[in-house]
Amino acid sequence: MAKVKIASTWLECCSGCHMSLLDLDEKLVELLSKIEFDASPITDIKEFHPVDVGIVEGSVGNEEQLEVLKKIRENSKILIALGDCACFGGIPAMRNFFKKEDVLKRVYIETESTVNPKKTIPHVDVPELFPAVKPIDQFVKVDVYIPGCPPDPRAIEYALKELLEGRIPVIPTELLSYE
Amino acid sequence: MAQKLEIFPVTRVEGHGKVTIYLNDAGEVEKTYFHVTQVRGFEKFCEGRVFWEMPVITQRACGICPVSHHLASAKATDKLLGVEIPPTAKKLRELMHMGQIVQSHSLHFFHLASPDLLFGMDADPKIRNVVGVVEKHPDLALRGVKLRKYGQEVIKILGGKRIHPRFAIPGGVSKGLSVEERDSLLKDIDWVISELKDTVKLIRNLAEEWGDKFRNFASFPSLYMGLVDEKGNLDLYHGKIRLCDYRGKIIDEFSEDNYLEKIGEWVEPWSYMKFPFYKDFGYPEGSYRVGPLGRINCCDDISTPLAKEELKIFRDMIGSRVAEGSLFYHYARMIEALHAAEKLKELLEDPDITGTELRAVSRDFNPEGVGVLEAPRGTLIHHYKINESGEIIKANLIVATVNNNNAMNKAVELVAKEYIKGPDVKEGFLNMVEVAIRCYDPCLSCATHALGKMPLEILIYDSEGNGLRKLVRDL
Repeated sequence: MAKVKIASTWLECCSGCHMSLLDLDEKLVELLSKIEFDASPITDIKEFHPVDVGIVEGSVGNEEQLEVLKKIRENSKILIALGDCACFGGIPAMRNFFKKEDVLKRVYIETESTVNPKKTIPHVDVPELFPAVKPIDQFVKVDVYIPGCPPDPRAIEYALKELLEGRIPVIPTELLSYE
Repeated sequence: MAQKLEIFPVTRVEGHGKVTIYLNDAGEVEKTYFHVTQVRGFEKFCEGRVFWEMPVITQRACGICPVSHHLASAKATDKLLGVEIPPTAKKLRELMHMGQIVQSHSLHFFHLASPDLLFGMDADPKIRNVVGVVEKHPDLALRGVKLRKYGQEVIKILGGKRIHPRFAIPGGVSKGLSVEERDSLLKDIDWVISELKDTVKLIRNLAEEWGDKFRNFASFPSLYMGLVDEKGNLDLYHGKIRLCDYRGKIIDEFSEDNYLEKIGEWVEPWSYMKFPFYKDFGYPEGSYRVGPLGRINCCDDISTPLAKEELKIFRDMIGSRVAEGSLFYHYARMIEALHAAEKLKELLEDPDITGTELRAVSRDFNPEGVGVLEAPRGTLIHHYKINESGEIIKANLIVATVNNNNAMNKAVELVAKEYIKGPDVKEGFLNMVEVAIRCYDPCLSCATHALGKMPLEILIYDSEGNGLRKLVRDL
């Protein structure tokens, strides 16, 4: 049987959900006989190709992230929102209580250790921030939600195994966590 | 016409980054930039939160070493309370930190860096990843998985879960370690130590086989920074911040409470990541390197016996006190992982570790507190100011990876200038640029705490700034 192709990406987030995937430990090694990673932070494949399952960690806070999100959606038959940031916005959405100009001013001009005589705010070759950070289903259709900060590795394993069996996973309540 | 090459995203690093390489009319590399393309704004959005939430919120800066933020933050909040925490709490926090060093260093070496070292930097990208390692070197891959698992289990036993645990609180910790839990961790520790000893040997053999290619890869003089204990030994958790120069001469030693007098952060328009520097030397002359090599270069010695022996072999091999080649980061990283495992055993065998006095209390607040420790990727500083109600009014973070920003830019420049001639660049050469960055194990999640994350890309532009080519590596 051909391996199930998976792509994954991380947007506005901490990478913890991908780490939770690695926390499957030996089980992930076993799963590798059934799945194949396409574009992903752990491979050197940089462009998305058509895959069976796309996994997105993180919310959307800038234009580059939105572009990446659209690309993985277009290429994925099934899209998973992995973790609280992708599902609900998560900790990065705490920024929404502030104006983005105030965030940038604090970080690049006001912080106690910053030495910035020209009051430079990065703007060259870096993507512009959106005024607010939003979960991914505000922009694209999501097929499966796995909340948690990060989700329990067992929830990720359950979802992947259901998908390998051709079913859309419904995560059992005991594996769900909302934080 | 001059041109611009782009690598995007940089892969097998943690977070989002890209590299832009400008070529001149003759096709030679003229300028290079390593950009971090994300900022999140922790330093703003923590304002108004109560300080005891900080160890839980700030660890969301990073899912790779959340424990670093969790503990540095807790240390800063201890200062807000003005307390010395009980010995058991102190040792349990350090135990968790050592678990993290083992898991994070193993993750980096086996899952992210080893494909370049085992298969060669210009190997077929189809196998040059962790899945390739699983297929071609299953024993080694399994070793990496199990070492990481051990470190993560230490964290889980103490903090309830492996990623974003809830353990450290202002003034101490929320839970003790039972005798059964301690025994379960002691059961495997000798195996962990022995596997890490073998891994140090593996990287040493690779360094010897590669010879000058290893030694000279992205090699440049700089300042180095790391924590040392009162005897000058490597210390990953407590201690004073030491800066030394490229000969190993001590330039300065200071407490975290004085960091603002010593360290500044420069801002460049083309990256969301700032550029820290030693203020006495100014920017960019005062740029320094942190992380495993920074620490190994700074310390006089290591207190645990096996790592001590390995440090001696390391220094004999390079023939000097300080190693400058970026690939030596991998070697230094595994010596540290071995030290952390030995330290884990030491702490687990300490009778205090199963003590029950876990928290100091205080009814007064100090207006300000600074916490520091050595995160896997380098010196990490959390600094908070609060009002009378305990709400955060200012938060400032200098995150491990940020300290290496200038070094990573330098490493990219050196490698690009050496290997890239003209716009028709082979994939393997582009990977070398990424290999240079990977030495620093950059955690762009952390680095973009303020900003965001970073994938890596290489762009080629002409002299007028028109995009000529985007080298998105592909299969």
